[in-house]
Amino acid sequence: MAEVLAPVKSEGSVFTFGKAEKRLITDPIGDNNPITVQILGVCSALAVTTLVTKALVMGIAVTLVTAFSNLFTAMLRNYIPKSIRMIVQLVIIAFLVTVVELVLKAVNYPIWKDLSVFIGLIITNCILMGRLEAFAMANKPWKSFLDGIGNGIGYSIILIIIAVVRELFGKGSLMDYKILGPTSEYALNTTEISWLSWYAPNNLLILSPAAMFIVAIIIWIQRSRNPKLVDIS
Amino acid sequence: MTVIVSLVLSLLVSGLKDVHSENESVYNKKGILSAVSAQLGKDLNTMTNTEVQEVFSSKITQKVINMKGEELTPDQIKKLTGVSTAVEIDLGKENKKPVAERVLPVFTFKDDKNKEYNILYVRGKGLWDEIWGYIAMDSDWNSIAGQAFDHKGETPGLGAEIKDNKAWYKQFTGRKLYDSNGNFKSVSVVKGGIKVVDHQVDAISGATITGNGVDEMMKRGLMYYEPYILKNKKS
Repeated sequence: MAEVLAPVKSEGSVFTFGKAEKRLITDPIGDNNPITVQILGVCSALAVTTLVTKALVMGIAVTLVTAFSNLFTAMLRNYIPKSIRMIVQLVIIAFLVTVVELVLKAVNYPIWKDLSVFIGLIITNCILMGRLEAFAMANKPWKSFLDGIGNGIGYSIILIIIAVVRELFGKGSLMDYKILGPTSEYALNTTEISWLSWYAPNNLLILSPAAMFIVAIIIWIQRSRNPKLVDIS
Repeated sequence: MTVIVSLVLSLLVSGLKDVHSENESVYNKKGILSAVSAQLGKDLNTMTNTEVQEVFSSKITQKVINMKGEELTPDQIKKLTGVSTAVEIDLGKENKKPVAERVLPVFTFKDDKNKEYNILYVRGKGLWDEIWGYIAMDSDWNSIAGQAFDHKGETPGLGAEIKDNKAWYKQFTGRKLYDSNGNFKSVSVVKGGIKVVDHQVDAISGATITGNGVDEMMKRGLMYYEPYILKNKKS
């Protein structure tokens, strides 16, 4: 589990948006990223990143769930008995995930079908429980909400980076628009354009191990740029 | 809190129920129509839900047959399956019944030149979960005019290619179910090169079990249709 953030001191009105609040959003995107630094939620990062569209929808779904579960938990934090707090948190998460799943099924059925079990599995995503335990139980609702959004976005960004690499080099397309490939169906027809003619979509990138490599490479780059992160997890 | 949560959820479920079932039926109908996508002359991916419903109801006639190849009346369908039209039949459920009691859907598609294609529905097991396919038969009831496969959870890049890889599933088009002596041969998925052009397609490397699943599904699923096919072939 990641380090517990100390409660941020509140000042003035409930909805202030100062430096401390800004950090709540930018931190999880960079130096406290849930996937690359806290190493949470990696399983879904492997599973739903074969297509950019899938990763995008998954990112939005997780962001919504983290933001609102953080909000609700923070609102209830003084009324939740310590001994059953996990159960209460799970009820909140399960409720929100079910709402997201039902709405997604109504709005875009094929994507829902593609993501299948992974929307339901947001419930078990470690980022959620981690944020609720480490942040929402000790902070005011507004700040928890921002923290949730920040973590959701941090998760989504990594997901989208992985998905872009995997879809572009594995399938030769982005968001189902064909770009790089060996036949005339593609925008960059690699058999006719000489400087790309050596490239054919690499099937390895579509398989799950490829996501592992990419996550690892992202972590490597991030930590070599910022050596402070090296021994955190 | 539990009360609030359950109230909101139940409201949401009942409120979105119509949209969900609409989406589901459009998805199934798109699956059926994509078996004849070459004959349809339209791009299915860009069609809206209402267009899909419209094309489906105007160009496709639904039939339900039993294992002897006899067409069933609406009352019999209702009695045997609990649903009223062929498109609602859950073949996964049918496959669990004893063979003699099963029913099969047949979708007859008429193209602009009034040529008829009959779409048969087959369902089997892949590596992880169910796979299914819609096979459009040409009017001679022997050669395949189009096909669409789908799956519940095959591996992306390997088993999932049966749905995504056009070059692979296109192989089925033009293959034949019967040899020149009229024996049922089906279309098999083989490794290491095709030897009998009419009855074999090349397997996807790395997806052996899904490939075997398709092989088995084609053989068994189409065999169930045999009484009906033979009846129509003669006349």
